[in-house]
Amino acid sequence: MNMRMNDTAFLKKADMVARLLEKLPRASVLFEPEDLRPWECDGLAAYRMVPGVVALPADEDEVRHVLQVARALKVPVVARGAGTGLSGGAYPLADGVLLSLAKMKKILSVDPASRTARVQPGVRNLAISEAAAPYGLYYAPDPSSQIACTIGGNVAENAGGVHCLKYGLTVNNVLRVRGFTIEGEPLEFGSEALDAPGFDLLALVTGSEGMLAVTTEVTVKLVPKPELARVIMASFADLEKAGDAVAAVIAAGIIPAGLEMMDQPATRAVEEFVHAGYDLDAAAILLCESDGTPEEVEEEIGRMTEVLNRAGATAIRVSESEAERLKFWSGRKAAFPAVGRISPDYYCMDGTIPRKRLGEVLQFIGEMEKKYGLRCPNVFHAGDGNLHPLILFDGNDPGELHRTEQFASEVLQKCIEVGGTITGEHGVGIEKINEMCVQFSPEELETFRRVKRAFDPEELLNPGKNIPTLHRCAEFGRMHVKRGQVPHPELPRF
Amino acid sequence: MTDAIARFADTLRAAASAGTPLRIRGGGTKDFYGRAPAGQVLDTRAYSGIVDYDPTELYVTVRAGTPLAELENALSAQGQWLAFEPPHFAAGGTVGGAIASGLAGPRRQAAGGVRDFVLGVRILDGRGDDLFFGGQVMKNVAGYDVSRLMAGAMGTLGLILEATLKVLPRPAAEATLRLEMPEARALEMLNQWGGKPLPVSASAWRGGELGIRLSGAVAAVKSAREKIGGDEVGASQAASFWTGVRDHADPFFAGDEPLWRISVPSTAPALGLQGEQLVEWGGALRWLRTRADARSVREAAAKAGGHATLFRGGDRSASVFHPLSAPLAKIHRELKAQFDPAGILNRGRMYPEF
Repeated sequence: MNMRMNDTAFLKKADMVARLLEKLPRASVLFEPEDLRPWECDGLAAYRMVPGVVALPADEDEVRHVLQVARALKVPVVARGAGTGLSGGAYPLADGVLLSLAKMKKILSVDPASRTARVQPGVRNLAISEAAAPYGLYYAPDPSSQIACTIGGNVAENAGGVHCLKYGLTVNNVLRVRGFTIEGEPLEFGSEALDAPGFDLLALVTGSEGMLAVTTEVTVKLVPKPELARVIMASFADLEKAGDAVAAVIAAGIIPAGLEMMDQPATRAVEEFVHAGYDLDAAAILLCESDGTPEEVEEEIGRMTEVLNRAGATAIRVSESEAERLKFWSGRKAAFPAVGRISPDYYCMDGTIPRKRLGEVLQFIGEMEKKYGLRCPNVFHAGDGNLHPLILFDGNDPGELHRTEQFASEVLQKCIEVGGTITGEHGVGIEKINEMCVQFSPEELETFRRVKRAFDPEELLNPGKNIPTLHRCAEFGRMHVKRGQVPHPELPRF
Repeated sequence: MTDAIARFADTLRAAASAGTPLRIRGGGTKDFYGRAPAGQVLDTRAYSGIVDYDPTELYVTVRAGTPLAELENALSAQGQWLAFEPPHFAAGGTVGGAIASGLAGPRRQAAGGVRDFVLGVRILDGRGDDLFFGGQVMKNVAGYDVSRLMAGAMGTLGLILEATLKVLPRPAAEATLRLEMPEARALEMLNQWGGKPLPVSASAWRGGELGIRLSGAVAAVKSAREKIGGDEVGASQAASFWTGVRDHADPFFAGDEPLWRISVPSTAPALGLQGEQLVEWGGALRWLRTRADARSVREAAAKAGGHATLFRGGDRSASVFHPLSAPLAKIHRELKAQFDPAGILNRGRMYPEF
């Protein structure tokens, strides 16, 4: 029986390869085991699977061909950009095609008049801003991995960054996505105008983790580069005060360009690595950035300094030059690699919570550190409530990996309980698929599956990601928690 | 309040089993919009009120039947607002209608559209199932973004019960400038200013006059005023001008000549269609009063890279919204069938085939 199944799989793969080669050059189809190995994971390296075949189309015709072949043979397709995703969205399938868009990396046009850029999916996030820089423009969303991650992947995950509070996520900065359905039909979501007729399918495909269509071209909005940006680094003696300070800044009617928090274990790990000049005695530091015209920045920095002082900041430093501003940010941006130096492995979480519940959630994380015997420094997009606790573990110890996953799962469930979400910007992928059962009711999950079927009735695009089956939820065995609902919802709360 | 939801759900289930079309309606201030409404009225106003509002969290959760004016007053009391500046058209409009229609006002060019401010929704689908999507946080990528899908879907995919909207502080300063220039020059200047870090929050050109609104920090508005030039308009006159543009109370919108809403890339040259125009959104929105035939308007819009909607007046039995490409039309039909298998929700309001 096993023998026969293997034969069938082998024949199917051979057929797949032969048909891909009808249109794709030999070098663009990988199928030998040694060629496939480098593709076995994305940024979620704890999960690995060697893909059946890797296809590297160079243009839309080749993408269409790959999709048509896959559909004809009923082979699943997993699209992949740079493979920097942290949730396993591009985790390959052994019986599937991994569709790498890496060769489609041309910037097709940068139009300073309309402030847009038209790019292929394999273009790196930062490359867009570099191409726009001569016109005084840039692409606003800036995930930490922006030197490497691609715009196609950003669209798939609705990537964020440290400036989302003021400038929005990918979904707010993309005008148009051109792509192909699993049938190989080209279509366009959105338009180069500010809206498009019909349903907002652009919003629906953004963040859909490559499960609805395959992106082959993206038009992004570019925004004028602010004349000046300065950042305040404020120290706090406890986390709660730092959290309250964030609320106070917003209550004062200020939307900072960036508003980040790091706790002491995180600043200490980072300082050793990049020497950003952080206050290592502070329990937490806040980075508050202001951008705009010089007059605007001066006004805002003044107001923020006042608010932070009133909120109990123990020390305040304001960047005096662009070099110093970048230095202050360097620590935050290098937080993940810095943590990578103090621990053999780390696991990055991505829950988002209403900011007012920060104290409670951080306390919970502290309890989990004790319960599981693992350390967990925190970096936090404080302005928008997006937490990135980093659980430190040693992957060579199977017990630790297991404890880490349990730790993470408990924290994600806590995020749901306080009215938040299991993922702010990294996506569900395979990593958080179980917790989807907690965040959504069976009917809501069924609605997601219906959306999927409207685009891809045979479920060939990235199957098994993002949306769990009810069967999987039953096995996971955790109940759906109605988000934000307290035990006595009938009681008035404010 | 949960009784109201139970009643809505009963109505939906009964309508689904009998195949009775329902016409979802709040204050009825947008009855003129879309294809002619038909069906048994389901009045959303029974489910009204603010559920949760904490200004420092920058969101408000509100029931769909809440009057838009009531929500705006509550936000205003805290120095905040809906930055997409939803149009009112008439008194009595609801939050649900503002979201379902997906219409944003003059601030769209700077702040974003309705969909950019929808963080979460609670809906009843066509089966009467009570569903939550999104949430109360700015960043949320769990599952597909069904919340934003509801913005502009004209109630054809679900009955919106509640929505969580991102709110923002009102800017510290505003100023409106008036300049005289022909259309081509205005389009050129608007796109030039758009590429500079200037706090332009609205623009309206008609009949050789260009109004520019600046909003932001005191210093930013002051320095932009000097860079742009023109004459400053008094605050109360400016406020009524922009409200007039937003709510279509401006004289441009009077009369019964068909009104077209043409959405194009901001850099699209003058469309050259016959009729009077009002240009908003830095050039990206062209309102047109014309009796020209639908085909020529749509062709001109499509040629410019955009689309045209017969916004008010004209023949509402034909297609009002711009026709979709075949693959997109197929996805629309499939989504409609998935969300509303009996086809009872605002049937035909958006496109004749669903």
